[in-house]
Amino acid sequence: MIEVHNSALWQTLCKTGDLVANSGVAALLPSPCGTNAIQVALFWLPAMNRVYAVENYDPLSDTFLNARGLIGDRHGEPFLATPLYKHHYRLSDGVCLEDSKISLKTWAAKIEHGEVRLKV
Amino acid sequence: MNTAHTTTDQTKKAAFKVLVVGNGMVGHHFVESLLEQTQALAVKNLDLTVFGEEPHRAYDRVHLSEYFTGKDAESLALCEPEFYQAQGVHFYPGEKVMTIDRAGKKVTTDKGRSYAYDALVLATGSFPFVPPIPGHDRDACLVYRTLEDLDQIRDYAGDGRKGVVIGGGLLGLEAANALRELDLETHVVEFAPRLMPVQLDAEGGAALKQRITDLGVQVHTGMQTQDIVAGDVCRHRMNFADGSHLETDLIVFSAGIRPQDELARSSGLTVGERGGIEINSECLTSDPSILAIGECALWGGQVFGLVAPGYQMAKVAAHHLLDQLVPAGTLTPDAPTFTGADMSTKLKLLGVDVGSVGDAHARTPGAKTYRYQDEDAQVYRKIVVSENKKELLGAVLVGDNSRYDTLLQYALNGIELPAEPAGLILPETSGGAPMLGVDALPDSASICSCLNVTKGQITDAVASGCCSVAEVKDATKASTGCGGCAALLKDVVNAELTNQGIEVNTDLCEHFAYTRQELFHLIRVGGIKTFDELLEKHGKGLGCEICKPTAGSILASVWNEHVLESPHVSLQDTNDAFMANMQKDGTYSVVPRIAGGEITPDKLIVIGEVARDFNLYTKITGGQRVDLFGARLEQLPPIWKRLVDAGFETGHAYGKSLRTVKSCVGSTWCRYGVQDSVGMAILLEERYKGLRAPHKIKLAVSGCTRECAEAQSKDFGVIATENGWNLYTCGNGGMKPRHGDLFATDLSDDELIRIIDRLMMFYVHTADRLQRTARWMENMEGGLDYLQSVVLKDSLGIAETLEADMQRVVDRYQCEWKSTLENPEKLKRFRPFVNSGVADPPYSVC
Ligand code: SRM
Ligand SMILES: Cc1cc2nc3c(=O)[nH]c(=O)nc-3n(C[C@H](O)[C@H](O)[C@H](O)COP(=O)(O)OP(=O)(O)OC[C@H]3O[C@@H](n4cnc5c(N)ncnc54)[C@H](O)[C@@H]3O)c2cc1C
Ligand code: SF4
Ligand code: FES
Repeated sequence: MIEVHNSALWQTLCKTGDLVANSGVAALLPSPCGTNAIQVALFWLPAMNRVYAVENYDPLSDTFLNARGLIGDRHGEPFLATPLYKHHYRLSDGVCLEDSKISLKTWAAKIEHGEVRLKV
Repeated sequence: MNTAHTTTDQTKKAAFKVLVVGNGMVGHHFVESLLEQTQALAVKNLDLTVFGEEPHRAYDRVHLSEYFTGKDAESLALCEPEFYQAQGVHFYPGEKVMTIDRAGKKVTTDKGRSYAYDALVLATGSFPFVPPIPGHDRDACLVYRTLEDLDQIRDYAGDGRKGVVIGGGLLGLEAANALRELDLETHVVEFAPRLMPVQLDAEGGAALKQRITDLGVQVHTGMQTQDIVAGDVCRHRMNFADGSHLETDLIVFSAGIRPQDELARSSGLTVGERGGIEINSECLTSDPSILAIGECALWGGQVFGLVAPGYQMAKVAAHHLLDQLVPAGTLTPDAPTFTGADMSTKLKLLGVDVGSVGDAHARTPGAKTYRYQDEDAQVYRKIVVSENKKELLGAVLVGDNSRYDTLLQYALNGIELPAEPAGLILPETSGGAPMLGVDALPDSASICSCLNVTKGQITDAVASGCCSVAEVKDATKASTGCGGCAALLKDVVNAELTNQGIEVNTDLCEHFAYTRQELFHLIRVGGIKTFDELLEKHGKGLGCEICKPTAGSILASVWNEHVLESPHVSLQDTNDAFMANMQKDGTYSVVPRIAGGEITPDKLIVIGEVARDFNLYTKITGGQRVDLFGARLEQLPPIWKRLVDAGFETGHAYGKSLRTVKSCVGSTWCRYGVQDSVGMAILLEERYKGLRAPHKIKLAVSGCTRECAEAQSKDFGVIATENGWNLYTCGNGGMKPRHGDLFATDLSDDELIRIIDRLMMFYVHTADRLQRTARWMENMEGGLDYLQSVVLKDSLGIAETLEADMQRVVDRYQCEWKSTLENPEKLKRFRPFVNSGVADPPYSVC
């Protein structure tokens, strides 16, 4: 299967037990550029059986707090509302609903064997 | 040469001096209108000076009586304290203008100063007429016009039992109500054979008399007072022409008002035969550099004793002066003029509706009259129509004003009457005509006569984006005067919103087609315990940042489970989510509860040590406790461990919940204290701590009427009295301050708590999300009266439920931080990264 071939691209970040249903947690993704790790916000929507991964940095408030935001949907599309000023980012592609020129980096994510994996 | 018109260079021109004499309602409105227009046109050369004989800045005389029901001079004031100064106006309160030197164009004041003017505006209002009855100048013979008058009435009422108002007109009845509220046995003595002789006919007067008598006010009509002498049992004895007499402790004269035209007389301006400074349609007096506006002015042989005409004159006068301040041709030629005013009035006197429109006495030749009288319900309605029965000329209403707006609109706008005009006053069940829908009104129809706002202006405001009555009010100023037009305004706004296809949508969000109040009931009555259950039964989708915290708050208000229990975790907004207030850099503040502001030295030391050890910034808050700022996420548990070990509990500074109960030092230490305010504050804070609500709730307890704890600015304010506690409610600081209303008096400890239980829970049940008590009350139909009937008289029969609901919350209280520390699952939330032990690095970037 193709998935098996590419499995090296899927990096395990944490255990599923670390996730919080319908909410976010932050995790560190060792950075390709060396020393500093990238902060990733992971959101688990059990009803849709999905994990979303977006960067934890919010350019609009210049803070790393996205994981502490609230999540929900607008007309069926899951989004994140940032904790400080309630800006909205679409979880699927990271686009900001208030200003489509701004978007968060996103990663494909999945749950496998009790682990949360990101495609890097 | 008219300098004002010869140069366009404003800055080089000498300042144009405008002096305003009188800082009453109309004088103030004039200043506001003039400033608004000069600012819009960037006029720089205006030099504006205002004199007011009264020591206060302009206040709302129309609502003067509220001074007895909780308002004070400050809340009646028509502008902020710094308004005049900030606008560059020279303002001299407590300074009376004594003479006008017209030739020299200057005035002198009772402080011996003199001031030059280019234009002089007289807005001196009127004074109460006191008939020269022998004895009228005895002690405790008072009038009803200014704040000082009301202070005197209150003082004399304090040691009296009985009070008489001489004069049964509008103001007299209002004064009678005040006496009644001061707990005096109240009498009204009227010379004419009926009450409100100016507005009402004989039948209307009789209906009113009956209603007022039923309220316990004794009415004596057709009574001529001959003299006032010392009484046997009371301070005074009033002797009447028919030989009878009445004893009383205090007398309020309300026998009409007279224009204050002294200055005009002494300086030789033309005044009317029965007083009033004569003005033309531009509000100019017989001296073209002097204008007169408001109740002191006489136009077309008439003085106008209401604010609306005064406000119109103020606008006209402001425009006239503006014309002299700007280059010729700046203003459009169609200057506004004053051409008389409608004197229709609608009032609630002693709780009785009274309305009078236009030609109430059918003086128009050929006029026809229709009457409807229900002696049982004490309702009286009369209309006066033109000879051809097409036009409404006037109307009188007693006992029920529900048709006032409709009748007034027929009269003002010349709307053609239905074929059978009688239908307008018959009960609807007997074939009476329905009320005139607002759609039938022309755009020119005046909706708010005080501020002169037409239906067209309201339609425009809605068209340009105003979506609520409040927004329209802000945009047009409609309904910011006497408030009599509030119901009509609401109808017009809602009709307009509907016409323009804007649905008045009250859904919480796209996931729930319910209001917060409805959701509350669904949760409480349906025994719903989780958001998932709520969503499944009553909503759709995943929820959002509106409905999740709302539901989280309701679930907490009803069941009071820990906010970090797993079904509730994902509902919590930013601060509740980690039980701390997030700061702009992502760190948190920590606020331990310090009930009533009372704290031991040991606990203070612990706070100091914790702050030192974790390197936190400390600040004494406005809520009588200490806030520790700058804690990182993972530091919150160890910080709280230390605090909880020392006996602290969470202060809920992060929640839409009970915050603080502020206290003053009270009877334990203070020489004036009459009750233990600290003890009561602690009792209340301990009882209600942990209650989550639509918005935050603050309380305060003062030990005496000096009110050092500022209780009247709180959602629930308690002030000690000799006999117990007075409760104020729905006060608020913050963005839009509101003084609390006096809710109940002289309560015992138990009564106080029972009433707060009910009131607070009723707020929790019914308020909108993020609506504090002040706005809740303002938006509630029936307002304070309604609240009192629900809470004090249990008119909805829910008092027991409210108390039980509160008791459940109280019984289930836990310190959220204490139980979090005991629960490893919950503590996992405070790891900055689930896959690493590193500290939360607020500023680092990859
Ligand atoms: C710390 C404190 C200021 C201080 O240094 O004194 C404060 C700080 C904040 N206030 Fe306040 N308020 C504080 C007393 C007040 C007071 C004074 C009082 O309570 O006597 C008022 C006016 C009185 C009132 O509420 O009626 C006040 C009116 C507000 C408002 C406006 C509320 C309104 O109804 O208009 C907000 C905004 C809101 O709640 O939506 C607010 C919101 C806030 C927030 C929570 C803003 C935020 O969301 O980040 C601030 C964060 C506090 C923190 O991080 O710990 N704060 N705030 C005071 C904490 C008191 C306490 O011990 O709990
Ligand atoms: C109890 C009460 C209830 C009322 N209810 C209503 C109502 O429901 N609806 C309504 O439309 N109207 C009502 N009115 C009437 C309304 O208040 C007046 O029409 C309005 O206040 C008139 O404004 P004004 O500025 O002309 O006069 P005022 O408000 O009387 O102001 C005149 C001011 O000029 C000052 N002054 C006088 N002479 C001098 C001087 N020589 N130098 C300096 N200052 C001077 C006075 O001290 C006074 O402060 C009510 C009045 C009272 C007393
Ligand atoms: S409110 Fe009264 S009792 Fe309390 S401190 Fe002030 S003066 Fe003293
Ligand atoms: S009519 Fe008085 S406020 Fe509108």
